[in-house]
Formats: sequence, structure tokens, C-alpha cells
Amino acid sequence: MPSSEAAVANQTHDNPALLHHFASAEQQKNAASFGMWLFLATEIMFFGGMFCAYLIYRYWYFGDFGAASKTLDIRLGTINTAVLICSSFTVAMAVRSAQTGKRKAIAVFLLLTIVLGLVFLGIKGVEYKAKFEEHHVPGQADFHLAGSVPLHPDLPVNQAHAQMYFSLYFAMTGMHALHMVIGVGLFSFLTYEAWNGRYSPSYYTPIENGGLYWHFVDIIWIYLFPLFYLIERHR
Amino acid sequence: MLENMPFWPARASAAAGNVDALYIFLVVVSALMVTLIFTMVIVFAIRFRRRAGRCAEQVEGSAALEITWSVIPFCVFMVFFVWGASVYFREHTPPRDAAEVYTVAKQWMWKFEHQEGQRELNELHVPVGRDMKMIMISQDVIHSFYVPAFRIKQDVLPGRYTTIWFRATKAGTYHLFCAEYCGTLHSGMIGWVVVMEPRDYQAWLSGGGNQPLAVTGQKLFSELGCSTCHRFDTQGRGPNLTGVYGKPVLLEDGRTVMADENYIRESILSPNAKIVNGFKPIMPTFQGLVSDEQLSALVAYVKSLGQSQSEQTGARGMATATPQTK
Amino acid sequence: MATAAVGELGERENYLNREYGIKSWLLTVDHKRIALLYLAGITFFFFIGGFFALLIRLELMTPAGDLVQADTYNKLFTMHGQVMIFFFLIPAVPAVLGNFLIPMMIGAKDLAFPHINLLSWYLYILGGTLMLYTILAGGVDTGWTFYTPLSTEFLKTQVITAALAVFVAGFSSILTGLNFIVTIHRMRCPGMTWDRLPLFVWAHYATSLIQVLGTPVLAIAIVLVALERLLHLGVFNPAMGGDPLLFQHLFWFYSHPAVYIMILPGMGIISEIVCCFSRKRIFGYTAMALAVLGIAVVGFLVWAHHMFVAGISIYAALVFSILSYFVAVPSAIKVFNWTATLYKGSITYQTPMLYAFGFIGLFTIGGLTGLFLACLGIDVHVTDTYFVVAHFHYIMVGGMVMAYLGGMHFWWPKISGRMYPEGWGRLAALIVFLGFNLTFFPQFILGYMGMPRRYWDYSKAPEFQILNVLSTAGATILAVGYLLPMTYFLWSMRYGEPAPDNPWNAAGLEWMTSSPPPTYNFDEEPVVTWEAYNYDEIKEEVPVAQ
Repeated sequence: MPSSEAAVANQTHDNPALLHHFASAEQQKNAASFGMWLFLATEIMFFGGMFCAYLIYRYWYFGDFGAASKTLDIRLGTINTAVLICSSFTVAMAVRSAQTGKRKAIAVFLLLTIVLGLVFLGIKGVEYKAKFEEHHVPGQADFHLAGSVPLHPDLPVNQAHAQMYFSLYFAMTGMHALHMVIGVGLFSFLTYEAWNGRYSPSYYTPIENGGLYWHFVDIIWIYLFPLFYLIERHR
Repeated sequence: MLENMPFWPARASAAAGNVDALYIFLVVVSALMVTLIFTMVIVFAIRFRRRAGRCAEQVEGSAALEITWSVIPFCVFMVFFVWGASVYFREHTPPRDAAEVYTVAKQWMWKFEHQEGQRELNELHVPVGRDMKMIMISQDVIHSFYVPAFRIKQDVLPGRYTTIWFRATKAGTYHLFCAEYCGTLHSGMIGWVVVMEPRDYQAWLSGGGNQPLAVTGQKLFSELGCSTCHRFDTQGRGPNLTGVYGKPVLLEDGRTVMADENYIRESILSPNAKIVNGFKPIMPTFQGLVSDEQLSALVAYVKSLGQSQSEQTGARGMATATPQTK
Repeated sequence: MATAAVGELGERENYLNREYGIKSWLLTVDHKRIALLYLAGITFFFFIGGFFALLIRLELMTPAGDLVQADTYNKLFTMHGQVMIFFFLIPAVPAVLGNFLIPMMIGAKDLAFPHINLLSWYLYILGGTLMLYTILAGGVDTGWTFYTPLSTEFLKTQVITAALAVFVAGFSSILTGLNFIVTIHRMRCPGMTWDRLPLFVWAHYATSLIQVLGTPVLAIAIVLVALERLLHLGVFNPAMGGDPLLFQHLFWFYSHPAVYIMILPGMGIISEIVCCFSRKRIFGYTAMALAVLGIAVVGFLVWAHHMFVAGISIYAALVFSILSYFVAVPSAIKVFNWTATLYKGSITYQTPMLYAFGFIGLFTIGGLTGLFLACLGIDVHVTDTYFVVAHFHYIMVGGMVMAYLGGMHFWWPKISGRMYPEGWGRLAALIVFLGFNLTFFPQFILGYMGMPRRYWDYSKAPEFQILNVLSTAGATILAVGYLLPMTYFLWSMRYGEPAPDNPWNAAGLEWMTSSPPPTYNFDEEPVVTWEAYNYDEIKEEVPVAQ
């Protein structure tokens, strides 16, 4: 056991964050992070259903998905990817600050994360708006995707199959964005608590777990980005 | 023997006997297992009931026993599996020369069209002793074609064909049910399967003066202009369809697909989904321009082109007037 | 009402009399109080679902559709299924008995996350409220299976609120499972090693794995159904290039393992009861623990056996058929081991034991008929008929509900601090057993005869009537069997004899604390030095009732 954790265990009785039903702060911390990992497992299964649908339809409607993918704005997508990777860094710094007990630094890094999250959501909003203007929204009567299937200049895009791409695009990035919104809400709460000095090197589980959640949402995006933006960029 | 047993369904197909035999085997084995377990529970419960001066004797477990009662059931289960799978395989492998009935299901009725051209609603006439293959599609939700007397059931899906086959063995009138919940009047989506002696069936077929389905399809084929590109030589802008059915087709992207009913249907509705090697994607879609019934006729026609190529096997005493290539 | 009754004892402080008032219940984080909150909820929904079932049976008494209209009938069986599965069967044992007992059985003061435990009850109630709203706002008629494209494109009923209700209830189920897994891993008291866990805890561990890993897949499938209705995404709509079978795969990926969510906790209960009333250690502890885990894991690999006639490839059907037989082996082991546990025991026939006998019998029949359905050749004929209905009711009602009632009787003294009336208990167990068999056994025969399920009117097939009448007759008997325990449990809370701490002289930590237990379960943290089911060390017999 690392010495810092042993120190944590010794502080058991003067730790106000220790709940009555745990024997030690260490047990409490272990339980909380184990619970968080399990929760992330359920999240993987949740997104897994949609990834499964994506794989099937991408295989069936290969060319149409390629054509539809090219209409996404790769610059915005790349910027958003960079924004999220940066936010993962600031989250990691917030956790580090909590470990070393720097109250203000925690709050600052959490705030930075929130700002980056909002930037991501803003850019996503711009992209969605463009899709509405281009009539690339599935289920709408005026849906239309011009152009032809990659490598087949004389083969027009199948509108139903292109719609399927956008259905999955909106469902998956929308579900991801919803998780981002929840993350921003969560981090606002954590910032408030951090500012009020609720966290210390002996108790910072909420920040650590919040961080895990944020990293998870980032990782989902790391998969969404190539699946939606990059599949047709190599030619 | 089973024919007159109360609470036993009529048995009117070749497959029904197989299913019944398998079912009775499972019932007997299960009854033995149930008897064994019930007897043990009852005997133990009485024999080892509490009595003064006697304590429970601890038995911790026995690896040998546990392996026994894992391995023996497992072997029995494998017998179930193999037998069941062989019955299922036979039910799902239609003989090549089966007569075909194109079926369109919709809320809440069954429409049948025989390859000879007869159309029926909620009633299906079939002869004794002939293999019949149902090629089925739904216009709305999922339905299921179920004839208990034949022991067959197959879901009918919107958007693609599913198939099932049977050979009726006994004349009579049998239930036809929709077995997949399909909305308000699900229980009204029923009908009758009328199994007739071959002679009566021929008489029934000849009434009404219908033309064979493939002939209807042939007319449509030229009316819709298909024949301008799909010519019967190598000069057409589309592939020559002669003999295409039932054969693998090489696609432009290097894949190979089997030219079955679903492939022909897809090629009419979304022609660009699978482009034949060496051809350009120039065919327009017929989505919304042809009904499911017309599609059946077109599919039947394209299939008949395949049969006319292998003339020796083409006859088989069917009443089909197979159109020849022009 | 429970608090008032126990308060009169006025002796020890326990979880019931520690605090009074509505707030002390609605804001409690005590797992035992939350278990009772769940008990109220699931009992309510059980009787709602049961009421629908009774109407279904009455309609089917005559071949013609004469009691209700077709669409009403479709709503009845849909809501019967949704209410019973999502609001009764899935939470019943885990959220009531599991919640109450798991911390006590492993020597913990509470679950790992008491607040999340309360949250999952509120989510359950929110889901239940949405379900009630769905019912009152006109109902839903998708069938509990929500098959597309019927549910997404064709029906005009309250599909979205029903989907939302199931989604929210699913969230509650995930949180309960998560809480249990963490608790079992992290909260065991000193000496409570993995190989000393009661099988009830093992069963809940396996159940929780399914809840945590399976439920989210149902959640996304249901969300996509709702989105299809709202925004016409087309993912499951063949008219837009979608695949309706994809929905069935996603749905059954959860809903088949969900069957094990419903039966595994019941198996845990039966292991406790059989050991106690035969004064024996369980036969083959390791095999029993591995069997529940095996069922949970292999149970994830068999879902498409619901789709043998749905239009999947015959080779896929072969794989799923053989895997379904694999999952039957551990179930067989369990039945044989319970039977072997009886051998050379010292058996008494108290109410919980009667339910356990009933469970073993009915589960055996339910399990064996499952083998018929796993058998491809037979499944083609009997799937989507009353054979399937009878089969899963033998597992769900004959198995799970019998186990649940057995468990409620077994632990009622611990929960309420009062004894239930033993004579009435035995009578009710007998009525339930007889009523159940009369209700559901005829349905096997109906199914093989070919009566499709979800039929409102069978007037073209009047040969089905005799068996349907028998089934309806059985259902009324069954209803009486269920009302009886409900009545005498309520009665016993005020008038029952005060229960001793260990009325059965049973093994297990939960019997070593007082009845009802104090708020933190034990006055001192227990230290375990014995194996599970140490009936070799307990020399006292079960006290004879009356």
C-alpha cells in the first residue's frame, strides 16, 4: 500500500467526509471508484448498442456513408477533438491539484474544463445548424444529399441510406453531447464545492470520479470522430 | 394413432410427422426427468422428515455425483439439439422444384398469388403431395405465417422476402394464423389452408382463366422498359438476366452475391446497391413505381428465365407455361 | 402502519421504531427501510398487473371477443407484461429481499451507496408513475416487446411514455445492481471470505452483473424507438433502409438475460430455505456458486433463440440453439443439488419449505419446457404460441413468485419482528401451487395445438375453448392464493406473535441480530469464523409451529 494511502487510513476518525457505514476512508474511496468504473461499464454497453447499429449500416451502405461523411466539416471536427483532448488534460491537472491540496488550482482547472466543454458544445451547435441549413436532417421531408458515391462519379447517393448515416450521426453525437452537458453540470457543482474547500488530499473522490466520467466521454468522441469524419478522407 | 387423440393438432404435412416424433421424444424424456426429481423430492421429504432422536447427517457434496448429473443431461441435451437441428434444416431447405406461392401480408390479411396466376385472399389452396414454397413479404409490420397442421411458422418481414416450404399430405381444411403480434386485429388475421386432392386442385386452378405469374411479369418487363437494357444477348446496357437466378453474381467491388429472390427484388428497388461487374450504375430505381404484387410477378419472371436455360429439369409436370426468351 | 405496530413493543430500538413520520421514510438511507418502500411499490404494481391478467383470462373464457374490444385487449396484455416484468419481477427479490438482506448477510452496516439506493427507489417510483400515466392516458398496445416497425410507425397509443417508463425503471435497476456489486466486493466484514458467502448473495452478485451490463442495451434500444417515433430516424424502419431485426437483437440481448435477473435471486432464496428446513449444509457449495455465475455469463450468449423464425440465418440459429443447451446444464445442477441437500436431512414442512418444494417442481417443468423451445425443430411450431406463454410463466410465476413468497415468509419475522400465522401460510402455499398449475399447464397443450399468443378472439378455432376455461378457472384460484398472504402479512404486523431473533434456528449473519434489526444491523461488527450453512454446528432444530 502506498504510504499516502496508509496516511489516509490513519486519518479515519477526524475525516468529516467519512460516512458512517464505512470502516475506513480507504474502504470508502475504493468503493466509490469501483462503483464509478462499473458505471462506466454500463455506459460502454449503452453506446455499444449504437456502435453496433453503425457497424451494420456502414457495412450495408458503404458508399453512401462515405459520401455523407464528406459533408461534415472536418476543420470543426478536428478543432473539437483538440478541444476535448485539452479538456482531458485540464481534468487531469484538477485531479493532481486535489492530490496536492491546492484549493484554488482545483477550481481554476475545473473551470477551464467547463469552458472547454462549452466551446465543444458551441462548435457542435454550429455544425448542427449547418446540417439543418443544408437539409441534411433525417426524417425531414426536404432531406437531400447531392453528389455521388466516392469512386463512382455516375452513381448518385441513395437518399434513404444517406439519411441512415445522419440518423446515426445525430443519435450518437447527440447522445455524446448530452453526456457533455451532464458533465458540465457536474463540474459546475464540483467547482463550487472545491472553491469552498470541500476537498483535501485525504478526500477528493468526487473530483477523481468526475474526472473518470469526463475522460470516458472524451474517449467516446475519440471513436466518433474517425467513424463520422474520417472514413472517406483518405482519397 | 395421434389423429384421433383429443387436444392434438391435425397432422397434414410431411414435416408434421417429424416434429411430432421429436416432440413425443422430448415429452417422454422430460417426463422421466420430472418423475425422477419429483420422486426423489417426495421420498426424501418423507423419509428424512424430522423425528425425535435423529439428527441430520451432513453430506458435503460429491464431485463424482455432480459430474454425473452434469454430463448425462448434457449428452441428452445434445441428442435434442442434433435431432432438432436436422428437422429445422429440412424445413428450411426447399426442394429446387417446389411450386411457388407469392405471399403479401398486410394489416390484417393474407394475399396469395400462385405461380399459375390464381389469386386468393385469406385462403390458400394447395394440392396433396406437391412441394410448395412460400415467398413472403409484408407491406407494413412484421407478421408470421403459421399453419399448425403443417408445424411450420415463418415471420413475414417488411422490406425483404422470407421463405418456408411444406408438402401437404392429407386433404382437408386447416387453420392459418398470423403468429406475430401485428396490431389491433392481429387475431383477425387468420384464414384457411385448403388441401385438395391433385385432381380437384387442377380443376380449381383451371377455373378463372388466369395467366401464369411469370407471364404477367414478362408483360410488365416490357411495359416498364426493362427489356430495352436487359437484352438476351451481350449487347445490352444492363446484364443479360438469362439463367441468373440461383447463381452467384460477381459485383463491381469484388464481392459475390447469390442471386436469390431478395437480390432480384433489391436490384429493382435500389439498383445501385449492388452493381454487377462490368456495368454502369445507370438503372433508375423503381421504388414506389411497382407494387409488391407486381414485384412478385417480375421476380417470378426473372426466375423463369433461369429455368428455361436448364430445360431438361424445367418440366417436372408443372402447370407453368414457362415463357421462352425472345 | 408498520411503525405503529412495532412501537408498541417498546423494548429495543430498531430500524422501524427509531424514527417516525413520513419524512423519516421518504428521506431514509437505511437499506432496510428502502427495502420496505420497494415492497410497497412492487406489491402495488403486482396487483395492477394481476388485475390486467384476470381481465385477459376472463376475455379468453369464450372464443368470441366479447368482454372487451380488440384494442383494449391488446393494451391489457401489453400493460400486464410491462407492469409485471419491469415493475414487479425485475425489482421484486433484488430490491426488496436483496436490499434488506445483503448488507446483513455479509456483516455490513449498509449498502456501499445508501443515497444511490434511495435514488434508485425514486427512479423506480418515477418510472412507475410514468407507467401509471401511460395506463390512465389510454394505454399502450405494442406488446411488452416493443417490436418495430409496429411500435415506431403504426401505433397511435402512448408508446413514448411507456418507453420512457421502462427506461427510467431500467436506470433504477442498473443503480441497484451497481450498488450490490460494490457492496459485495468492498463491504464484507472480517472473515466473510468469498467462499463463505451465502448462495443468496452469490445469486444477487450474478444478477447484478446482468443488470449492470444488460440493462443499458435495452435502454438504448428503447431510446431509439422513442426517437424513431419523434424524429423518424429510420434506424429500425425498413421503409428507410433500417432493419427491424436489429431492434430484436438489441431487445433480446437484454431481455433474455433479464429472465435470469428474474430467476437467479429466486434460486438464492431456495438455497437458504432448503438448507434451513432440512438442517443440512448445501450439497456442493462451489458448484452452486459457479452455476449461478455460469448462468449469468452464458445467458448473455443465447438471446437469438427468441428469433428462430424471425428471419435469421439458419447457421446463426444453430449456434444459438446449442448455446441455449449449454445454459441449461448449470440449471440442472442446481435442481439436482437442492434435491441432494434434502438427503439425510431432518426435514420440517413450514410454509417457506412448502414454497421451496413448489419452486423445485415448477422450475423443473419450466426449465425442461425451455429445452423444447431451444430445440429448433419444435420451436418453429410452438414459438409465439401459448406453449411459450406457459413456459415463461412456469419460470416467472412458478419459479420466481413462489421463491419470492417463500422468501417473504422465511424473512418476515426478521423484517417485521412478527410471526405470520403458520396454518394460513401453509394453506396459501397449497392454493398457489394448485391454482398455478391449473392456470398454466393447459396452456402447454393449447400451444402445441397451435393457439397463437396475443389472440383476442379465437371464434374460428373453438376447439381451444375447454383448455382456456380451465386456465381461467385456475387463475381465479391463483388470485385467492395471492390475496391471502397479502392479508395475513398485514394482519400479523399488528396481531402476529412477536418474533424471536432466530425463529428457525437458521444459519447466517442476518439471524444473529435482533428482529427487527437495529438501524446499523449489528451492535458490534461481526467477525465470521464459520463456513456458510454451518448446520453441522447448529444443534437446535426448527421449532415446531403451533
